[in-house]
Amino acid sequence: MKPPLFDYKAPATIDEAVAMLAADPDAAVLAGGQSLLPAMNFRVANPSALVDIQHVQGLQGISVDGGEIVIKAMVRHRELELDVVVQRVNPLVVETLQHVAHVPIRNRGTVVGSLCHADPSAEMPLLFVLLGGTVVARSPAGTRTIAAEDFFKAFLTTTRAHDEIITEARLPVLPEGAGWAFDEVTRRHGDYALVGLGCVLALSGDGKVETVRLAACGIADKPVRLKASEAALQGTGLAPADLDKAVEASASAVTTPDDMNTSVAFRRRALGALIRRLVAKAAARARNKEPA
Amino acid sequence: MRGKIKPALPERSEDPRVAVALTVNGEQVTRAVSVRMLLSDFLRHELGLTGTHVGCEHGVCGCCTVHIDGKAARSCLTLAVQANGCEVRTIESVASTDGALHPVQQAFKECHALQCGYCTPGMVMNVLSRFEEPGTLDLSEEGIRDMLSGNLCRCTGYLNIVTAVRRAAELLGRAE
Amino acid sequence: MSTRYFGQRVERNIDPKLLRGEGAYVDDIPLTNALHAAFLRSPVARGRIKRIDVSAARAYPGVAAVYTYADIGALDRPMPLLIPHPSMKNPKTQRPLARSEVFYVGQTIAMVVAVDRYVAEDAAALIELEIDQLPVEMDMAKAVADGAPLVHADVPNNIAAEFVQTSGDPDGAFALADHITRITVQVDRSTAAPMECRAVAARWDEISGELTVWDGTQAPISVRGGLASIFELDEDKVRVIAPDVGGGFGQKVLLFYPDELLVPMAAMQLGRPVKYIEDRRENFLGSSQERTQIHTIELAATRTGEVIGLRDSFLHDTGAFIPYGIAVAQVASTSIAGPYRIPNIWVEFKAVYTPTVQVTPYRGCGRPQACFALERAMDQLAEELGIDRFEIRRRNFITEKEFPYERAGLLFADGLKVTLDSGQYAKALSLAATQLEMTDFAAEQEKARADGKYLGLGLACYVEGTGLGPYEGGHIRVHPITGKVYVNTGLSTQGQGHDTVFAQIVADQLGVSPQDVILVEGDTKAFDWGVATFASRAAVVSGNAIHKTAVTVRGKILHAAANMLEVDIGDIELRDSAAWVKNSNRHVSLAAIATASNPLRYAFNEAAQAATQFAPASKHDGPPLAEGQAPGIEATDYYSPSQSTWAYGVHAAIVEVDPALCAVKIRKYICIHDCGNMINPTIVEGQVMGGIAQGIGGALYERLDYLPDGTLSNASLMDFLVPYATEIPPVSVLHLETPSPLNPLGIKGVGEAGCIAVGAVVASGVEDALRPLGDIKLRHVPLTPRMLSDALESVGL
Repeated sequence: MKPPLFDYKAPATIDEAVAMLAADPDAAVLAGGQSLLPAMNFRVANPSALVDIQHVQGLQGISVDGGEIVIKAMVRHRELELDVVVQRVNPLVVETLQHVAHVPIRNRGTVVGSLCHADPSAEMPLLFVLLGGTVVARSPAGTRTIAAEDFFKAFLTTTRAHDEIITEARLPVLPEGAGWAFDEVTRRHGDYALVGLGCVLALSGDGKVETVRLAACGIADKPVRLKASEAALQGTGLAPADLDKAVEASASAVTTPDDMNTSVAFRRRALGALIRRLVAKAAARARNKEPA
Repeated sequence: MRGKIKPALPERSEDPRVAVALTVNGEQVTRAVSVRMLLSDFLRHELGLTGTHVGCEHGVCGCCTVHIDGKAARSCLTLAVQANGCEVRTIESVASTDGALHPVQQAFKECHALQCGYCTPGMVMNVLSRFEEPGTLDLSEEGIRDMLSGNLCRCTGYLNIVTAVRRAAELLGRAE
Repeated sequence: MSTRYFGQRVERNIDPKLLRGEGAYVDDIPLTNALHAAFLRSPVARGRIKRIDVSAARAYPGVAAVYTYADIGALDRPMPLLIPHPSMKNPKTQRPLARSEVFYVGQTIAMVVAVDRYVAEDAAALIELEIDQLPVEMDMAKAVADGAPLVHADVPNNIAAEFVQTSGDPDGAFALADHITRITVQVDRSTAAPMECRAVAARWDEISGELTVWDGTQAPISVRGGLASIFELDEDKVRVIAPDVGGGFGQKVLLFYPDELLVPMAAMQLGRPVKYIEDRRENFLGSSQERTQIHTIELAATRTGEVIGLRDSFLHDTGAFIPYGIAVAQVASTSIAGPYRIPNIWVEFKAVYTPTVQVTPYRGCGRPQACFALERAMDQLAEELGIDRFEIRRRNFITEKEFPYERAGLLFADGLKVTLDSGQYAKALSLAATQLEMTDFAAEQEKARADGKYLGLGLACYVEGTGLGPYEGGHIRVHPITGKVYVNTGLSTQGQGHDTVFAQIVADQLGVSPQDVILVEGDTKAFDWGVATFASRAAVVSGNAIHKTAVTVRGKILHAAANMLEVDIGDIELRDSAAWVKNSNRHVSLAAIATASNPLRYAFNEAAQAATQFAPASKHDGPPLAEGQAPGIEATDYYSPSQSTWAYGVHAAIVEVDPALCAVKIRKYICIHDCGNMINPTIVEGQVMGGIAQGIGGALYERLDYLPDGTLSNASLMDFLVPYATEIPPVSVLHLETPSPLNPLGIKGVGEAGCIAVGAVVASGVEDALRPLGDIKLRHVPLTPRMLSDALESVGL
């Protein structure tokens, strides 16, 4: 399982890098390589050239700026996971990252890379959709910002144009007092999620749901905001009947077809359970109590 | 076969080559290799360091785990050229120069944490990198299994490897 | 016999080398100027090859040669049928390279040999291939029906073999029975997935006419015999070396895989060494698989639960070819009554061709499937009769006074009727019950339910026929001058620690430490009488052969030492690498004894001086080497078992099911096993634990998913789920040691023990856990989330 031949390029600036992409429609960006290289070793990916961006100026580092966590393109998963500031301003990020593959993969793979790879069972795309993050795309023509909900299009497909490089991703910090939770169902530790769910919510003074966001991965050809389930919980006291409605509303969001090991019915069942458990966990965190 | 004219056979690949310069086990190394050569193959065949093993070439089994700039990484998912300028460490650097086993290796031996030995270098490099990270180690049953997750072993069933990690922590004075 | 090391937890001799990364697996062996092979493999399951055009591949820079069936001369013929059996009417084996038809996705069609593997894969992708696809039936049960697409045109109903065995009077028993329980169970296909894939390297020395082959095989001597025969070379001119091998589990005992013939052929033709290092994808697409069986099993019982009769009819999936004969089905069928009396048995199987990778033994070799069928049926019988699951087994166990217990009419893999020789089945069961420590399991179950979790108890028992013949050998030589003890046997190791356990046996006889015993095996040049490592036989057969040899060598040492120390043999004891006069300090080292035993003319060093004819200690009455005496301290001997010796065990587990997530966790796992006397308990536990992990894989994770069109959808470790440490629980392994009465060391095999009962235990536990939710039966492993979800839906949840 050796990769096919390619042209190797190691640009030093972002302008050089996007120019290389523009010049060759079959070129691919190489960042961490943890998704691209397996595909090349299996020879299901056959890029004519690899544009290695690890030496490009200005693509390193994590910062928190005006309520946003800014993650540059070459930031490895593990860097973000171990960042104490990020842990403080958005612990959901760290909780989610711990489910991404295994540490050696997280040591090399990049957050932005995972977003661009757009596997519908991956955790980072879910996180961005859940939190309403954005990515910054740079092309020879200039720069644009793309919202998470506009970025993920279909299975392994984003709205990034061929000659664009995503130079950074931005995630909002968690609002003060917000509750949060993430979990996923996998068969083995570290696998892609069969079903994954993230929840962020805020409670008003009387304990009712002021805001709630739910997003799932593994249930469709891209990460999905469960808006109908959110609506079912909005303004409620999270009574069992409210959760029942939220679970019912989530069923139609599951479109991943049956296969030999999983089924639509299984995913709906598991998604429902995750909604109940993670909403409860997020609510407990919002009330500042860890669940028993 | 005698009397048969030897066929004219190719000697080397015509792949475009790149220069890679990196440090491997503390030694500076400069080679010209095929642009697509995987780091795993570079270490094994270009440098003759065959202790790093290849089990899957898709990043799942962990047999190929080395350290790149101090962090555990899959050498099968890294191009040699990506490691340009990096510091790479392989299993061959772990025991002392006189062959004395490192405490992690010693613990594996004491605890019968290897059978065929194929996954062992990757397992040791993974464990070593976690021990070398700053911060406290989670040495609970769950914590150790979490640490080992990502390295497949088909022989031991992991029980003795978990014991070996605990023993290594003891030998290194890291017991919680 | 002085025993100091037998039974001890000795650390392994080989470990420092492996831990330092100094192991030498096939791909580590530096062969100068080697070429590398890659294969073009069939993309379709059944088809007729219309056209193969290798011209572009041949012209690709860096390619040395491209072979199709037309380029391999006499090798273009079906590969050997290893174990013939009358039940096979028209057995089929594959050709090294497909000729006009392909029979499974992954079948080898062409071999490219090039300067490196990267280039070889490039060239293989350039081969033009036109195949007319033929219809396939992947469902084994449907494949035997009239009208189903045939894998082989001249094999009706895809039935490769049919065999019926009867013991006692099953019809009579069923007629008399108070109660009959009948279930159908299924075990799905898996694969050994050793961490090192297969590998072959060959070098032809045209000066000496010698072929050297490095092969990650479990059977170097058998491979050597086959290569010599197929290439028409003297066996002396063919050397096969199994170097360090990264796991075998049965997959590497099959001969021949196409590469094992084609790589030596290419090396001989091209005059350069050739290496084939199988990659993981190829291991899934071309290396043996196993496990698929569907059993319909009936137990005829009395009201009080004594099983007086058993009927089992099963389909066994043999893949597209049957090179290893019916071994897996045969072992399954003869293990079907487990540790229970069941005096009347009817067992029938059909081995069925499916257009998939061939099936040859994988650890367990049919026993896991038989155990699954029997133990699920026992649970069901217990439920139907209202008898506790532990109790019903107690009532049916063969008791100690009934050994040897024969099952006439069931011929095991040794060609003899199944004869269980020894064991303490009831004791093992009660030990398991004690170890579970569930004084109030019901209360724990209730507590868990409050959290939405369901706890269940799983139980299964098994027997394992081990120590197959025909024989193995041992050769021991104590080297002059150094006194180091070298041992050879005709096996190879893939992690079982032969270098240490055999050293322990020798150490006890010769009074040395196991670290001073050097085992060299896996090399036909070092020793070439023997069979292979498989079927839980190495310790029993090679162990006893080495023991017999060591006893002889001990005798020679004592005799020589008695002469040198001028005392009676009875006054000598061997310890610390020397012979000592009892109750004194007088001694002579093993090195000196070995040196003196080889009369020398030339003293090339100080130690050698003692052996020359002018040395003070040399004797002058009679010739230096007495009549009938051989120089040196050396012996060779063999052990050939009279029959298999039967190990056994009981496994039990507490499982936790989360029905909402369709997730199963094993909370506690107990293994009571008995393999007779244990040479090294640590190594035994390692073998058992490894087997249990593979068993858990087969119970909850591992299945090869063939799609209806015959494509293997999960040919990678990403999607074929070999468990990590997070999926395997801690396990308590307890030993019972009932010595085997059948061999001098009293040992039984244990290599496969761990995996046999696990599927049954897990299914049994999950079924128990879900009992409060309804009548859910789990008779199909591995359990998938979909299966659990469907099961819950079937009871309205």
